[in-house]
Amino acid sequence: MMDNKALFAAVLLGVLLASPVIAEKLSGYAFVKDETRAMQDDDFANPGLLAMEKGAALFNTPFRPGGKTCAECHGEDGEKLDVQRIAGYPIYDPDSREIVSLQSRVNTCRSRIADDILPTNHPDLIALETFVRHRAQGVPVNVNTAGAERQALLTHGEELYKTRYGLIDMSCHVCHTVYAGQHVRGQKISQGQTNGFPTYRLGTGEMASLNLRITQCMDLMRAEPFPPDSEEMKLLEYYLSARSNGLPIETPAVRY
Amino acid sequence: MLVALLGLITAGTTSAADLSASGLPPIEPYCQWQQTDFMINEPLCGLKGDATRGRAIATDGSRGNCVACHDMPFTDVEGYGTIGPSLAGIGARYPEGYIRLRVVDAKSVNPLSIMPGYYRDPSKIHRPAKMLEGRTFLAAQQVEDVIAFLMTMK
Repeated sequence: MMDNKALFAAVLLGVLLASPVIAEKLSGYAFVKDETRAMQDDDFANPGLLAMEKGAALFNTPFRPGGKTCAECHGEDGEKLDVQRIAGYPIYDPDSREIVSLQSRVNTCRSRIADDILPTNHPDLIALETFVRHRAQGVPVNVNTAGAERQALLTHGEELYKTRYGLIDMSCHVCHTVYAGQHVRGQKISQGQTNGFPTYRLGTGEMASLNLRITQCMDLMRAEPFPPDSEEMKLLEYYLSARSNGLPIETPAVRY
Repeated sequence: MLVALLGLITAGTTSAADLSASGLPPIEPYCQWQQTDFMINEPLCGLKGDATRGRAIATDGSRGNCVACHDMPFTDVEGYGTIGPSLAGIGARYPEGYIRLRVVDAKSVNPLSIMPGYYRDPSKIHRPAKMLEGRTFLAAQQVEDVIAFLMTMK
Protein backbone atom coordinates (compact mmCIF):
# COMPACT_ATOMS: atom_id res chain seq x y z
CA MET A 1 0.00 0.00 0.00
CA MET A 2 1.12 3.49 -0.84
CA ASP A 3 1.26 5.77 2.20
CA ASN A 4 -0.70 9.02 2.18
CA LYS A 5 2.26 11.27 1.37
CA ALA A 6 3.31 9.19 -1.62
CA LEU A 7 -0.28 9.07 -2.84
CA PHE A 8 -0.61 12.85 -2.47
CA ALA A 9 2.65 13.41 -4.38
CA ALA A 10 1.54 11.05 -7.14
CA VAL A 11 -1.83 12.79 -7.48
CA LEU A 12 -0.20 16.23 -7.49
CA LEU A 13 2.28 15.16 -10.16
CA GLY A 14 -0.58 13.78 -12.24
CA VAL A 15 -2.52 17.03 -11.96
CA LEU A 16 0.53 19.07 -12.95
CA LEU A 17 1.31 16.87 -15.94
CA ALA A 18 -2.30 16.84 -17.09
CA SER A 19 -2.68 20.62 -16.78
CA PRO A 20 -2.72 22.04 -20.30
CA VAL A 21 -2.62 25.71 -19.27
CA ILE A 22 -0.11 27.72 -21.31
CA ALA A 23 1.36 30.48 -19.18
CA GLU A 24 2.89 32.51 -22.00
CA LYS A 25 0.73 35.09 -23.79
CA LEU A 26 0.54 34.09 -27.46
CA SER A 27 -1.17 35.65 -30.47
CA GLY A 28 -3.72 33.54 -32.35
CA TYR A 29 -1.03 33.48 -35.05
CA ALA A 30 0.78 30.83 -32.99
CA PHE A 31 -2.23 28.50 -33.10
CA VAL A 32 -3.29 28.55 -36.77
CA LYS A 33 -1.90 26.24 -39.45
CA ASP A 34 1.27 27.06 -41.38
CA GLU A 35 -0.66 27.79 -44.59
CA THR A 36 -2.93 30.23 -42.70
CA ARG A 37 0.10 32.07 -41.36
CA ALA A 38 1.56 32.22 -44.88
CA MET A 39 -1.72 33.65 -46.17
CA GLN A 40 -1.70 36.35 -43.50
CA ASP A 41 1.90 37.28 -44.22
CA ASP A 42 1.43 37.58 -47.98
CA ASP A 43 -0.02 40.97 -48.95
CA PHE A 44 -1.35 39.49 -52.19
CA ALA A 45 -3.01 36.51 -50.51
CA ASN A 46 -4.41 38.05 -47.31
CA PRO A 47 -8.15 38.56 -47.97
CA GLY A 48 -8.33 40.96 -45.01
CA LEU A 49 -6.45 43.51 -47.08
CA LEU A 50 -9.48 43.77 -49.38
CA ALA A 51 -11.50 45.00 -46.40
CA MET A 52 -8.67 47.35 -45.55
CA GLU A 53 -8.67 48.78 -49.10
CA LYS A 54 -12.45 49.16 -48.95
CA GLY A 55 -11.95 51.01 -45.66
CA ALA A 56 -9.33 53.24 -47.25
CA ALA A 57 -11.77 54.13 -50.05
CA LEU A 58 -14.55 54.89 -47.52
CA PHE A 59 -12.07 56.99 -45.51
CA ASN A 60 -11.66 59.18 -48.59
CA THR A 61 -15.37 59.30 -49.59
CA PRO A 62 -17.69 62.02 -48.25
CA PHE A 63 -20.39 60.61 -45.96
CA ARG A 64 -22.85 62.84 -47.81
CA PRO A 65 -22.44 64.17 -51.38
CA GLY A 66 -20.34 67.31 -51.15
CA GLY A 67 -19.70 66.69 -47.42
CA LYS A 68 -16.54 66.03 -45.45
CA THR A 69 -14.39 62.88 -45.54
CA CYS A 70 -12.41 61.25 -42.72
CA ALA A 71 -9.30 62.02 -44.75
CA GLU A 72 -9.82 65.79 -44.56
CA CYS A 73 -8.94 65.72 -40.86
CA HIS A 74 -6.91 62.52 -40.54
CA GLY A 75 -4.93 62.47 -43.83
CA GLU A 76 -5.47 60.48 -46.99
CA ASP A 77 -3.81 57.39 -45.50
CA GLY A 78 -4.92 58.21 -41.98
CA GLU A 79 -1.34 59.33 -41.32
CA LYS A 80 -2.47 62.00 -38.86
CA LEU A 81 -4.08 59.39 -36.62
CA ASP A 82 -2.13 58.58 -33.46
CA VAL A 83 -1.22 54.88 -33.67
CA GLN A 84 -0.62 54.70 -29.92
CA ARG A 85 -4.20 55.80 -29.29
CA ILE A 86 -5.49 53.31 -31.88
CA ALA A 87 -3.67 50.55 -29.97
CA GLY A 88 -5.52 51.60 -26.80
CA TYR A 89 -9.04 50.71 -28.00
CA PRO A 90 -11.55 49.96 -26.65
CA ILE A 91 -11.09 52.84 -24.20
CA TYR A 92 -12.97 53.76 -21.06
CA ASP A 93 -14.13 57.36 -21.29
CA PRO A 94 -14.40 58.73 -17.74
CA ASP A 95 -16.52 61.70 -18.90
CA SER A 96 -19.32 59.69 -20.49
CA ARG A 97 -18.57 56.73 -18.17
CA GLU A 98 -18.72 54.45 -21.18
CA ILE A 99 -16.53 51.90 -22.91
CA VAL A 100 -15.89 53.16 -26.43
CA SER A 101 -14.90 50.73 -29.17
CA LEU A 102 -13.07 51.80 -32.31
CA GLN A 103 -16.29 51.25 -34.26
CA SER A 104 -18.26 53.54 -31.97
CA ARG A 105 -15.44 56.11 -32.11
CA VAL A 106 -15.70 56.16 -35.92
CA ASN A 107 -19.46 56.58 -35.56
CA THR A 108 -18.99 59.52 -33.18
CA CYS A 109 -16.96 61.22 -35.92
CA ARG A 110 -19.61 60.40 -38.51
CA SER A 111 -22.42 61.74 -36.33
CA ARG A 112 -20.53 64.99 -35.68
CA ILE A 113 -19.87 65.80 -39.31
CA ALA A 114 -22.76 64.17 -41.12
CA ASP A 115 -25.33 62.84 -38.66
CA ASP A 116 -24.88 59.48 -40.36
CA ILE A 117 -23.93 56.53 -38.21
CA LEU A 118 -23.60 52.89 -39.25
CA PRO A 119 -24.94 49.98 -37.20
CA THR A 120 -22.30 48.07 -35.22
CA ASN A 121 -20.64 45.41 -37.40
CA HIS A 122 -21.98 46.88 -40.65
CA PRO A 123 -19.46 45.70 -43.30
CA ASP A 124 -18.56 49.34 -44.11
CA LEU A 125 -17.91 50.06 -40.43
CA ILE A 126 -15.76 46.91 -40.08
CA ALA A 127 -13.87 48.00 -43.22
CA LEU A 128 -13.21 51.43 -41.68
CA GLU A 129 -12.22 49.80 -38.38
CA THR A 130 -9.84 47.49 -40.29
CA PHE A 131 -8.28 50.42 -42.13
CA VAL A 132 -7.77 52.44 -38.94
CA ARG A 133 -6.53 49.55 -36.80
CA HIS A 134 -4.15 48.47 -39.59
CA ARG A 135 -2.44 51.86 -39.17
CA ALA A 136 -1.21 50.51 -35.81
CA GLN A 137 0.08 47.20 -37.18
CA GLY A 138 3.11 46.14 -35.14
CA VAL A 139 2.27 48.45 -32.24
CA PRO A 140 1.65 46.53 -28.99
CA VAL A 141 -1.94 46.52 -27.72
CA ASN A 142 -2.07 49.06 -24.93
CA VAL A 143 -5.46 49.28 -23.23
CA ASN A 144 -5.48 51.64 -20.26
CA THR A 145 -6.38 49.69 -17.13
CA ALA A 146 -5.48 52.35 -14.55
CA GLY A 147 -7.78 53.46 -11.77
CA ALA A 148 -10.58 51.99 -9.70
CA GLU A 149 -13.33 52.53 -12.28
CA ARG A 150 -11.43 50.66 -15.01
CA GLN A 151 -10.44 47.88 -12.62
CA ALA A 152 -14.09 47.42 -11.61
CA LEU A 153 -15.10 47.15 -15.28
CA LEU A 154 -12.31 44.64 -15.96
CA THR A 155 -13.38 42.54 -12.98
CA HIS A 156 -16.93 42.51 -14.31
CA GLY A 157 -15.61 41.60 -17.80
CA GLU A 158 -13.59 38.74 -16.34
CA GLU A 159 -16.71 37.40 -14.61
CA LEU A 160 -18.49 37.35 -17.95
CA TYR A 161 -15.43 35.63 -19.48
CA LYS A 162 -15.71 32.90 -16.87
CA THR A 163 -19.49 32.39 -17.09
CA ARG A 164 -20.83 29.35 -18.93
CA TYR A 165 -23.35 29.98 -21.70
CA GLY A 166 -25.73 28.03 -23.89
CA LEU A 167 -26.52 24.37 -24.47
CA ILE A 168 -22.82 23.61 -24.93
CA ASP A 169 -22.42 25.20 -21.52
CA MET A 170 -18.87 26.47 -21.88
CA SER A 171 -17.29 29.74 -20.79
CA CYS A 172 -14.68 31.62 -22.81
CA HIS A 173 -12.28 30.71 -19.99
CA VAL A 174 -12.74 26.93 -20.32
CA CYS A 175 -11.66 26.89 -23.97
CA HIS A 176 -9.33 29.86 -24.33
CA THR A 177 -7.51 29.66 -21.00
CA VAL A 178 -7.71 26.07 -19.74
CA TYR A 179 -7.70 24.23 -23.08
CA ALA A 180 -5.80 26.67 -25.32
CA GLY A 181 -3.41 24.74 -27.58
CA GLN A 182 -5.60 21.63 -27.61
CA HIS A 183 -7.36 20.50 -30.78
CA VAL A 184 -11.05 20.71 -31.55
CA ARG A 185 -12.05 19.00 -34.76
CA GLY A 186 -8.62 19.48 -36.28
CA GLN A 187 -8.19 23.15 -35.27
CA LYS A 188 -6.05 24.38 -32.40
CA ILE A 189 -7.85 26.44 -29.77
CA SER A 190 -6.26 29.87 -29.42
CA GLN A 191 -5.95 31.92 -26.26
CA GLY A 192 -8.66 34.25 -27.53
CA GLN A 193 -6.24 37.17 -27.90
CA THR A 194 -7.56 40.22 -29.73
CA ASN A 195 -4.50 41.68 -31.47
CA GLY A 196 -5.55 40.39 -34.91
CA PHE A 197 -9.01 42.00 -35.10
CA PRO A 198 -10.72 42.80 -37.33
CA THR A 199 -9.77 39.42 -38.72
CA TYR A 200 -10.45 37.56 -41.93
CA ARG A 201 -12.07 34.25 -40.97
CA LEU A 202 -11.55 31.18 -43.14
CA GLY A 203 -14.48 29.54 -41.33
CA THR A 204 -16.99 32.15 -42.54
CA GLY A 205 -15.16 33.67 -45.51
CA GLU A 206 -15.82 37.11 -44.03
CA MET A 207 -14.26 39.76 -41.88
CA ALA A 208 -15.07 39.63 -38.19
CA SER A 209 -14.63 42.40 -35.67
CA LEU A 210 -14.01 41.29 -32.09
CA ASN A 211 -17.64 42.14 -31.36
CA LEU A 212 -18.88 39.92 -34.20
CA ARG A 213 -16.46 37.13 -33.26
CA ILE A 214 -17.86 37.01 -29.72
CA THR A 215 -21.36 36.76 -31.23
CA GLN A 216 -20.21 33.90 -33.48
CA CYS A 217 -18.63 32.12 -30.49
CA MET A 218 -21.83 32.44 -28.47
CA ASP A 219 -23.89 31.17 -31.42
CA LEU A 220 -21.59 28.16 -31.58
CA MET A 221 -22.22 27.55 -27.87
CA ARG A 222 -25.95 27.56 -28.78
CA ALA A 223 -26.28 30.52 -26.46
CA GLU A 224 -28.25 33.74 -26.89
CA PRO A 225 -25.51 36.20 -27.85
CA PHE A 226 -25.25 39.51 -26.04
CA PRO A 227 -26.61 42.21 -28.39
CA PRO A 228 -23.77 44.07 -30.21
CA ASP A 229 -24.27 47.33 -28.30
CA SER A 230 -25.06 45.79 -24.91
CA GLU A 231 -23.11 46.60 -21.77
CA GLU A 232 -22.07 42.92 -21.44
CA MET A 233 -20.60 42.92 -24.95
CA LYS A 234 -18.65 46.12 -24.23
CA LEU A 235 -17.33 44.68 -20.96
CA LEU A 236 -16.19 41.49 -22.71
CA GLU A 237 -14.50 43.47 -25.49
CA TYR A 238 -12.78 45.70 -22.95
CA TYR A 239 -11.62 42.81 -20.76
CA LEU A 240 -10.44 40.68 -23.70
CA SER A 241 -8.55 43.60 -25.25
CA ALA A 242 -6.82 44.51 -21.98
CA ARG A 243 -5.93 40.83 -21.62
CA SER A 244 -4.00 41.15 -24.92
CA ASN A 245 -1.92 44.12 -23.76
CA GLY A 246 1.63 43.85 -25.09
CA LEU A 247 0.86 41.69 -28.13
CA PRO A 248 1.71 43.46 -31.42
CA ILE A 249 -1.33 44.36 -33.54
CA GLU A 250 -1.64 42.16 -36.66
CA THR A 251 -4.76 43.62 -38.28
CA PRO A 252 -5.90 42.20 -40.60
CA ALA A 253 -5.01 38.76 -39.26
CA VAL A 254 -6.16 35.52 -40.92
CA ARG A 255 -7.74 32.99 -38.57
CA TYR A 256 -9.92 29.93 -38.79
CA MET B 1 -51.50 41.61 -58.11
CA LEU B 2 -52.62 38.04 -57.49
CA VAL B 3 -49.24 36.79 -58.64
CA ALA B 4 -47.52 39.19 -56.25
CA LEU B 5 -49.78 38.05 -53.41
CA LEU B 6 -49.06 34.40 -54.19
CA GLY B 7 -45.39 35.27 -54.24
CA LEU B 8 -45.68 36.75 -50.75
CA ILE B 9 -47.52 33.71 -49.43
CA THR B 10 -44.97 31.38 -51.00
CA ALA B 11 -42.11 33.40 -49.52
CA GLY B 12 -43.74 33.18 -46.10
CA THR B 13 -44.24 29.44 -46.35
CA THR B 14 -40.68 28.90 -47.53
CA SER B 15 -39.16 30.58 -44.50
CA ALA B 16 -41.37 28.55 -42.15
CA ALA B 17 -40.45 25.39 -44.06
CA ASP B 18 -36.79 26.34 -43.79
CA LEU B 19 -37.15 26.56 -40.03
CA SER B 20 -38.56 23.05 -39.70
CA ALA B 21 -36.07 21.76 -42.30
CA SER B 22 -33.26 23.10 -40.12
CA GLY B 23 -34.10 20.26 -37.75
CA LEU B 24 -36.18 21.61 -34.91
CA PRO B 25 -38.72 18.98 -33.86
CA PRO B 26 -41.35 19.85 -31.23
CA ILE B 27 -40.01 20.11 -27.67
CA GLU B 28 -40.27 16.75 -25.90
CA PRO B 29 -41.09 16.51 -22.20
CA TYR B 30 -37.89 16.05 -20.17
CA CYS B 31 -37.50 12.53 -18.75
CA GLN B 32 -36.11 12.56 -15.21
CA TRP B 33 -33.27 10.13 -14.50
CA GLN B 34 -31.77 8.56 -11.38
CA GLN B 35 -28.08 8.57 -10.56
CA THR B 36 -26.82 5.59 -8.55
CA ASP B 37 -23.13 5.07 -7.75
CA PHE B 38 -22.10 7.54 -10.48
CA MET B 39 -24.18 5.69 -13.06
CA ILE B 40 -27.59 6.00 -14.74
CA ASN B 41 -28.59 2.39 -15.14
CA GLU B 42 -32.07 2.86 -16.65
CA PRO B 43 -32.29 3.99 -20.31
CA LEU B 44 -33.72 7.51 -20.69
CA CYS B 45 -37.54 7.40 -20.96
CA GLY B 46 -37.18 3.60 -21.19
CA LEU B 47 -36.02 3.92 -24.81
CA LYS B 48 -33.91 1.39 -26.71
CA GLY B 49 -30.88 2.69 -28.62
CA ASP B 50 -29.83 1.89 -32.17
CA ALA B 51 -26.05 1.64 -32.68
CA THR B 52 -26.12 2.45 -36.41
CA ARG B 53 -28.02 5.69 -35.85
CA GLY B 54 -25.75 6.35 -32.87
CA ARG B 55 -22.62 6.24 -35.00
CA ALA B 56 -24.10 8.81 -37.39
CA ILE B 57 -25.02 11.11 -34.49
CA ALA B 58 -21.58 10.73 -32.83
CA THR B 59 -19.76 11.83 -35.98
CA ASP B 60 -22.20 14.53 -37.22
CA GLY B 61 -20.83 18.03 -36.60
CA SER B 62 -24.31 19.46 -36.03
CA ARG B 63 -25.52 16.71 -33.65
CA GLY B 64 -23.39 14.68 -31.22
CA ASN B 65 -20.04 15.72 -32.71
CA CYS B 66 -18.11 13.46 -30.26
CA VAL B 67 -15.17 13.51 -32.68
CA ALA B 68 -14.75 17.26 -32.12
CA CYS B 69 -13.11 16.58 -28.76
CA HIS B 70 -12.50 12.83 -28.58
CA ASP B 71 -10.20 10.66 -30.62
CA MET B 72 -12.27 7.85 -32.11
CA PRO B 73 -10.96 4.88 -34.06
CA PHE B 74 -12.43 5.92 -37.43
CA THR B 75 -10.69 6.41 -40.73
CA ASP B 76 -13.68 7.77 -42.65
CA VAL B 77 -14.39 10.78 -40.41
CA GLU B 78 -12.39 13.98 -40.51
CA GLY B 79 -11.90 15.30 -37.04
CA TYR B 80 -9.15 15.48 -34.53
CA GLY B 81 -9.81 16.42 -30.94
CA THR B 82 -7.51 16.24 -27.94
CA ILE B 83 -9.85 17.75 -25.34
CA GLY B 84 -11.37 14.55 -23.99
CA PRO B 85 -9.98 11.03 -23.57
CA SER B 86 -9.92 8.62 -26.50
CA LEU B 87 -13.13 6.65 -26.90
CA ALA B 88 -11.38 3.62 -28.42
CA GLY B 89 -12.60 0.50 -26.63
CA ILE B 90 -14.88 2.54 -24.37
CA GLY B 91 -17.56 -0.17 -24.36
CA ALA B 92 -15.08 -2.65 -22.89
CA ARG B 93 -13.71 -0.22 -20.33
CA TYR B 94 -16.89 1.11 -18.67
CA PRO B 95 -20.36 -0.17 -17.84
CA GLU B 96 -23.26 1.26 -19.85
CA GLY B 97 -24.68 3.16 -16.86
CA TYR B 98 -21.33 4.88 -16.31
CA ILE B 99 -21.20 6.04 -19.93
CA ARG B 100 -24.85 7.14 -19.83
CA LEU B 101 -24.23 9.54 -16.94
CA ARG B 102 -21.20 11.09 -18.72
CA VAL B 103 -23.18 11.63 -21.92
CA VAL B 104 -26.30 12.89 -20.13
CA ASP B 105 -24.65 15.32 -17.71
CA ALA B 106 -20.92 14.94 -17.11
CA LYS B 107 -20.96 18.03 -14.89
CA SER B 108 -23.09 16.24 -12.32
CA VAL B 109 -19.96 14.15 -11.61
CA ASN B 110 -17.31 16.78 -12.25
CA PRO B 111 -18.51 20.40 -12.13
CA LEU B 112 -15.26 21.57 -13.77
CA SER B 113 -15.69 19.28 -16.76
CA ILE B 114 -15.69 20.96 -20.17
CA MET B 115 -18.02 18.29 -21.57
CA PRO B 116 -21.48 19.52 -22.58
CA GLY B 117 -24.39 17.67 -20.97
CA TYR B 118 -26.24 16.18 -23.93
CA TYR B 119 -29.37 15.57 -21.89
CA ARG B 120 -28.92 18.14 -19.17
CA ASP B 121 -32.01 19.53 -17.47
CA PRO B 122 -32.85 22.57 -19.66
CA SER B 123 -33.63 24.60 -16.53
CA LYS B 124 -29.93 24.37 -15.59
CA ILE B 125 -28.75 25.93 -18.86
CA HIS B 126 -27.63 29.55 -18.59
CA ARG B 127 -28.62 31.84 -21.46
CA PRO B 128 -29.61 29.26 -24.10
CA ALA B 129 -30.27 30.55 -27.63
CA LYS B 130 -33.88 31.80 -27.62
CA MET B 131 -34.97 29.34 -30.30
CA LEU B 132 -33.50 26.45 -28.25
CA GLU B 133 -35.02 27.35 -24.89
CA GLY B 134 -36.47 24.34 -23.04
CA ARG B 135 -34.52 21.89 -25.20
CA THR B 136 -31.81 19.37 -24.47
CA PHE B 137 -28.78 19.21 -26.78
CA LEU B 138 -29.83 15.77 -28.04
CA ALA B 139 -33.21 14.09 -27.79
CA ALA B 140 -33.48 11.17 -25.35
CA GLN B 141 -33.66 8.72 -28.26
CA GLN B 142 -30.48 10.18 -29.78
CA VAL B 143 -28.66 9.83 -26.46
CA GLU B 144 -29.68 6.18 -26.22
CA ASP B 145 -28.57 5.65 -29.83
CA VAL B 146 -25.13 7.11 -29.05
CA ILE B 147 -24.80 4.94 -25.93
CA ALA B 148 -25.78 1.84 -27.90
CA PHE B 149 -23.08 2.73 -30.40
CA LEU B 150 -20.42 3.43 -27.74
CA MET B 151 -21.16 0.04 -26.17
CA THR B 152 -20.24 -1.62 -29.51
CA MET B 153 -16.73 -0.10 -29.36
CA LYS B 154 -14.95 -2.94 -27.63
